[in-house]
Amino acid sequence: MEHYFIEFCYLAASVLFVLGMKGLSHPDTARRGMKMAEVGMLLAIVGTLLQKQIVSYEWILLGVIIGSLIGGAIAHFVPMTALPQQTALSHAFGAFAASLVGIAEFHRHGAELTGLKMVAINFEVLLGSLTTTGSLVAAAKLQGIMPGTPMTFKGQNVFNFLLLFVAVGAFIYVLAVPGATLAFYIMLTIAFVFGLMLVLPIAAADMPVVMSLLNSYAGLAAAATGFAISNNVLIIAGTLNGFSGFMLSMLMCKAMNRSITNVLFGAFGSVTEASVVERTGEMRELNFEDVATQLAYARQVVFVPGYGMATAQAQHVLSELAEALENRGVTVKFAVHPVAGRMPGHMNVLLAEANVPYSQLYELEQINPDFPNTDVSVVIGANDVVNPDARDNPSSPIAGMPILEVDRSKAVVVLKRGKGKGFSGLENPLFFKENTGLLYGDAKSTISKLVQAVQQS
Amino acid sequence: MNSELFIASLYIFTLAGFLGYVVISRVPPLLHTPLMSATNALSGITLVGSLVTAGSNEGTVSTVLGLIAVICATINVVGGFWITERMLKFFRRKDTPKQEKE
Repeated sequence: MEHYFIEFCYLAASVLFVLGMKGLSHPDTARRGMKMAEVGMLLAIVGTLLQKQIVSYEWILLGVIIGSLIGGAIAHFVPMTALPQQTALSHAFGAFAASLVGIAEFHRHGAELTGLKMVAINFEVLLGSLTTTGSLVAAAKLQGIMPGTPMTFKGQNVFNFLLLFVAVGAFIYVLAVPGATLAFYIMLTIAFVFGLMLVLPIAAADMPVVMSLLNSYAGLAAAATGFAISNNVLIIAGTLNGFSGFMLSMLMCKAMNRSITNVLFGAFGSVTEASVVERTGEMRELNFEDVATQLAYARQVVFVPGYGMATAQAQHVLSELAEALENRGVTVKFAVHPVAGRMPGHMNVLLAEANVPYSQLYELEQINPDFPNTDVSVVIGANDVVNPDARDNPSSPIAGMPILEVDRSKAVVVLKRGKGKGFSGLENPLFFKENTGLLYGDAKSTISKLVQAVQQS
Repeated sequence: MNSELFIASLYIFTLAGFLGYVVISRVPPLLHTPLMSATNALSGITLVGSLVTAGSNEGTVSTVLGLIAVICATINVVGGFWITERMLKFFRRKDTPKQEKE
């Protein structure tokens, strides 16, 4: 009887997880969906606690209390701009738990583990461990503890290949010789090192892809745990996560017109020398009074935020500017490129936090046909995603990457911190166009000056 | 694990994969960050395995590993769901009144 009740809990949990994900298809249903997923998680935990294998509860209680306090504190206090780091850290914790469960299983049963069960444990430990260290490096890079530039060394390819070779060898050895402790721990260590090697060469701007991929690995580690302990709810939740992460990474790659191998191993190959075309023409510098007038008397204004907006913490003033313009009858839209920011959908959350209604947030395909009808496009801390070279110059390193076609609007104002190039180091011909003007300075203070000027005009 | 059990697990894995594909491809880019943190919270389901490891009294090593796993997985679950909820609160329609800033 009890057994049926436990399985019923797991089944209900699985259904609730799927319904929860389904809720995320619209902002109006998303919160209800999350509530369902939370109830599902609770059911899964209750069901587990009823299992006969569990004989003492004191350590469990202690662990759950400590974990809830830490998790709750992080989630409550982390600023929205630091979301990518927080998510990476969260990946690391979940994956580490999967890895530990696998290690404990091996430690307990050792030589009794054979065949498919051992394969599952191997995958669990491998994926869990490499996701742990990989996510920690990603979090460190995003937080700025480690440099965001790709870190490579000579012979990295050979080193990685060697690691992989030894890991595969150990994997097979553990299967052939049950209870081969040394081989198991060699494999474990390599998996931790491999996680580092995977993320160290990734540039900060490519983080959306890596974040999604680590998300996927964390899910697959959970699914492997499900195989190892024959628990279906783990398989289902883990697989949902694994697929979601995989799909997101594919979407991100498409949005950069790069293959996943190029993102992951791009830094290893020789960096292709960009065909630098010398730009003729001058960059036109604007003053903010003129820009304010231009905005105040426009019919339609489109804002294009990039990661620079997040670093300048300019989303709140930007929202005020949008509101001031709307009060004057200007149509205001926000154009969000899929890879703007450091994780998928990052800009949307920041703007939503700053009180921009989601009906004003437009995706690439929706907004591009609308640029010719736009009087002023304002680019804030974005560069490559508005670089017309991606569309016009087939020899450009970013050729073929879908861009927001701000250059088709009647006027473009680019807010830039300085005269330097963007992250990719590419020259952006947009800045030299006749209808483009640049406004230098810190985005936050520039925009607050614009707000005042618009309100007074 | 016997082969029948493995095959059943494989069915579940494959079908869950298809289900995930269908459900998740309908999530708009607008909500991709909440999607990621929500699925991240789901991967904290390893808590189920961690609980068994921590509570089944099979030696000190196992219990200690289990305890750490429970802590990590709980951070993952609680943190993941909490921050997703926090994010989703921000998304409002145009006509609904503004919420106070946090």
